[in-house]
Amino acid sequence: MTMASPILELEGVSKNFGGLKVIDNLSFKVMPAERVALIGPNGAGKTTAFNLITDLYRVDSGRIVLDGRDITTVPSRKRIGLGIARSFQNIRLMPHLTVLENVMIGQSAHNASALAMFQPVNLFPGNRWRVHAREALGAAGLGQYALETTGALPYGIQKRIELVRALLSEPRILLLDEPAAGLNPSETEELRQQLNETSRRGVTLIVVEHDMHFIGAFCQRVVVLNFGCKIAECSPHEAQADPLVREAYLGSDEELGQTHAA
Amino acid sequence: MTGYLEGVFVLLAINIILAYGAFLPMAAGQLNLGVAGFVAMGAYIAAYLSNEYAWTPLAAALAASIATAAIAFVVAFPILRTRGIYLALATFALGQVVQATILNLNVVGGASGYPVSTFLGGGMVGAVALAVVIVVIALFHTRLGISLTAVSDDEIAADMMGLSVRWLQTVAFTLGSAVAALGGALYAHHFSFVEAQNFGIMASLYIVLYVLLGGTQTVWGPILGAAVFTLLPELLRGSASWRYVIFACLIIAVMVFRPQGVVTTGMLRRLLDVCRPRALPQGGK
Ligand SMILES: Nc1ncnc2c1ncn2[C@@H]1O[C@H](COP(=O)(O)OP(=O)(O)O)[C@@H](O)[C@H]1O
Ligand SMILES: [Mg+2]
Repeated sequence: MTMASPILELEGVSKNFGGLKVIDNLSFKVMPAERVALIGPNGAGKTTAFNLITDLYRVDSGRIVLDGRDITTVPSRKRIGLGIARSFQNIRLMPHLTVLENVMIGQSAHNASALAMFQPVNLFPGNRWRVHAREALGAAGLGQYALETTGALPYGIQKRIELVRALLSEPRILLLDEPAAGLNPSETEELRQQLNETSRRGVTLIVVEHDMHFIGAFCQRVVVLNFGCKIAECSPHEAQADPLVREAYLGSDEELGQTHAA
Repeated sequence: MTGYLEGVFVLLAINIILAYGAFLPMAAGQLNLGVAGFVAMGAYIAAYLSNEYAWTPLAAALAASIATAAIAFVVAFPILRTRGIYLALATFALGQVVQATILNLNVVGGASGYPVSTFLGGGMVGAVALAVVIVVIALFHTRLGISLTAVSDDEIAADMMGLSVRWLQTVAFTLGSAVAALGGALYAHHFSFVEAQNFGIMASLYIVLYVLLGGTQTVWGPILGAAVFTLLPELLRGSASWRYVIFACLIIAVMVFRPQGVVTTGMLRRLLDVCRPRALPQGGK
């Protein structure tokens, strides 16, 4: 695999929900280690695009290609093992597991075999998977929450736990659905550092985000969606000046160029 | 031990085993209302092996448990296609099928019941129950334990994380049936008589109630639930015919005021916190 070939490619992907075309002939490429933003007004189909890439919904037509291999028919639970991990717009942690147990679920991608199920992760404090998960939490500054029940923690903390869980699957591509939404400025800054570090390790990042300040500072390229169609693919700076993009945001409840409210 | 106390002790031991039989699938988010059907299979298969082939009680119990697991594994495929209330109804129907089949099987006595020729003492029943408790608790401290909880918490997220939801649910259902069958086999060999009438929907409901009352979130819930259900009616013996009314009201009270069961993860964590010096916060802010 040469550096010049894309790691992920969507080729004419479409998805209907009850006759409504939610994703319409969407194509784009992402290069290895790139940081790409997927933007567009509410309801444009950004989350659905992530749901198609992870097979939470199967595409109606088109192809999804990973490293030159067609993965369109690979079932959802196998895609994380191929290196595609995600976070959810509405956090989906397991409320009855502790924070540490939640992030250990992130290790499932490479531990889903029958034998791996016997790993005594909660029996011995020195179990290597447990230690590894603890270190990852510590590195993310979340060490003190390891044994807390997840459901009761503040929103910002849960968002960061979800990121650690995704990282523990050792992804090559990380899909983040509004990672900064609901975070205060200092939390957003911590998130940006965490993502910078992840990007430095060579992980490809695709980020859905409304905070253009965040995108401008972090992403090299944006793909703009409107009503399920790609209307622009350019640098963050160019997107803010693009008349089509500005028009898409007109009349929607958000504003392009808004920075996150403090 | 007096005969009465030993009888209560053996019932407690068997009920704890049965509770784990219902708990295992419930931990993966499945309500098995046919659990008594698997108890019956274990009881009858073990009794048959003892009577006809002169197997020792323990060997017969083990073989019955394994045979029942195989049957459960096969029926898991059609049954676990259903979800929620439909799954509960499908398992209920399965239990009825097992009961009706036994009633019509004359080789095991049909409706007149089936005497068992060999006897297993209370001490051995208690020892097996202890072994089951230890094995299940250990199992729930492995990756399987957290994976089952993950599946019952959020099937879609669990699938996205690479867990095979269907496989985990099948494993939980099969293991639970094997444990339930083991309990049935011990019952048959201790009380020396089994009849299909005892393995109907009421039995399933009671077993499921042990778990619901004790709590489905932790591996300790079933023990507490089985203990309360076994011991409380005995303690209320003084109030004669009213004891079941009092008992039923207590169940309703728990379900109303503590629908998640008596023992919860939160409660265990708070208990542990009290007993453990607070760890110093590390890293971060
Ligand atoms: N499962 C679904 N069933 C029906 N419609 C859906 C479903 N998921 C998303 N949609 C619709 O698809 C459109 C795009 O949604 P979404 O991808 O969540 O937008 P975005 O993330 O860009 O805000 C919306 O109109 C939404 O109502
Ligand atoms: Mg969205």
